Amino acid sequence: MNKTVNQKAWFLVLPVLVLVAFSAVIPLMTVVNYSVQDTFGNNQFFWAGLEWFREMLDSERMWNALTRQLAFSAIILAIEIPLGIFVALNMPKKGFWASFCLVLMSLPLLIPWNVVGTIWQIFGRVDIGLLGYTLDKLGISYNYTQDFIAAWATLIVMDVWHWTSLVALLAYAGLQSIPDAYYQAAKIDQASRWKVFRYIELPKMAGVLMIAILLRFMDSFMIYTEPFVVTGGGPGNATTFLSIDLVKMAMGQFDLGPAAAFSIMYFLVILLISWVFYTVMTNLDKRDGV
Amino acid sequence: MTDVTTQPISGAKTVTPAATRRKTSRINGPAIVMGLYLLFLLLPIYWLLNMSLKTNAEILGGFSLWPRDLTFANYTKILTDPSWYMGYVNSMIYVVMNTVISITVALPAAYAFSRYTFLGDKHLFFWLLTNRMAPPAVFALPFFQLYSSVGLFDTHIAVALAHCLFNVPLAVWILEGFMRGVPKEIDETAYIDGYSFGRFFIRIFTPLIASGIGVAAFFCFMFSWVELLLSRTLTSVDAKPIAATMTRTVSASGMDWGVLAAAGVLTIVPGALVIYFVRNYIAKGFALGRV
Repeated sequence: MNKTVNQKAWFLVLPVLVLVAFSAVIPLMTVVNYSVQDTFGNNQFFWAGLEWFREMLDSERMWNALTRQLAFSAIILAIEIPLGIFVALNMPKKGFWASFCLVLMSLPLLIPWNVVGTIWQIFGRVDIGLLGYTLDKLGISYNYTQDFIAAWATLIVMDVWHWTSLVALLAYAGLQSIPDAYYQAAKIDQASRWKVFRYIELPKMAGVLMIAILLRFMDSFMIYTEPFVVTGGGPGNATTFLSIDLVKMAMGQFDLGPAAAFSIMYFLVILLISWVFYTVMTNLDKRDGV
Repeated sequence: MTDVTTQPISGAKTVTPAATRRKTSRINGPAIVMGLYLLFLLLPIYWLLNMSLKTNAEILGGFSLWPRDLTFANYTKILTDPSWYMGYVNSMIYVVMNTVISITVALPAAYAFSRYTFLGDKHLFFWLLTNRMAPPAVFALPFFQLYSSVGLFDTHIAVALAHCLFNVPLAVWILEGFMRGVPKEIDETAYIDGYSFGRFFIRIFTPLIASGIGVAAFFCFMFSWVELLLSRTLTSVDAKPIAATMTRTVSASGMDWGVLAAAGVLTIVPGALVIYFVRNYIAKGFALGRV
């Protein structure tokens, strides 16, 4: 749509600007403030320059948390995106069953995140949970509070359970926008199922899939509540992701300086990766002429 | 319509048995996949429901796939104890406040983004999105200090404002997507007919994007409802959300699994109720109005 130039439109944006400035810019400035200062209590602050940043860049702890975080995000993206597309391809196209599937699939998305944690905490317990009990009876030793592999597996399955529907819903919406004529043309050309997917469905889904990847990346990168409830970051530090580590540092130990430096770097990493996704996404938008 | 195009092709071929077999498997395959997937989704939820209907003695006493002696005691406990049910009330209050604030400020902004170009609009738009990407963990401590210093700590409005951090950008994005679908000619005609901006916006434009407002409100509701870290950090007693109340079940006498499960089930109910109304728009909402 061709838009008119109108600088007065700024006035319409002003309320949002004020509100978001209050709830984002002021807190962010506090963080920046802490990141360059040191304190010995009594609200006395001393200039510390880039000290904390240097310390955090050298700290084993942050790099380990970052590695775990990247591994987690990569694994769940690798599972959820293909699985979501697969589910979307198998969804009924219209009618009662389509609505039925949509409603049931959306259910996990609306459960408070700590309840998601609680559900899996209960589900995985060897004594009272269906999953834990079954695995135990099958002779597989499974204890997500003690065992490294079990803890990771539980968190990954939980995240797949929680968020695959989002990818599926988006892919489904993309599929719905493909006109019937495309499929008919493919049929006349006797295109194989794979070719229909590769050359018709996938390109048409590209836009929404980018959004799915962007959302899943962002949200998995800031995951806090679910692992906190299920494993509490354990066993040891095996599932201490960036957010958990940060909250531990800031609220638990009150190491404001390092925590603030950590926050800023954390935020910058997310911004950087998201910016790349966003650029690709808007370029796709332009190419489709939306 | 499909028949017209397919018939000549399938008529030219002579592989009827194989074709029919493929046809039947094509009908069943997706149904099986969806069945398995839905089973995977519902099993953990069923298990929570199952636990909530058992007594603690039965939960810990033995393993059963369904409650042997059905009890509603866990629910009664939550619905009669103010320290429990006030959690739901508190959550509801700040969620509704947040939804109203977010939609009110997002409407004009989304209109501006969808209709006009102005200095720095693209940067502003991306900057708004960055707030959706901001990890709540980064903001927890500064929020705590900010709201404490202005005397808003442990009030509903504090949580509502804090959740605006990610809900306002989201609402702007979704509404902008819906507004783009309304032809610009409608605005122009209204202005020629002598409508002022305010009257046009409320009388004509708002009804046109009613479904968009509904979807945006739903998403604000949802993300405010599921968030725990900020709401827990910003409250202690008076505005304590249900999500934080649930941690109470860990007591000296061990875990009260039945009540915990019942509280969990009750948090699913509001979402399950509203989802029915937006089922056809939910994907569009998640796609930030861009499908």
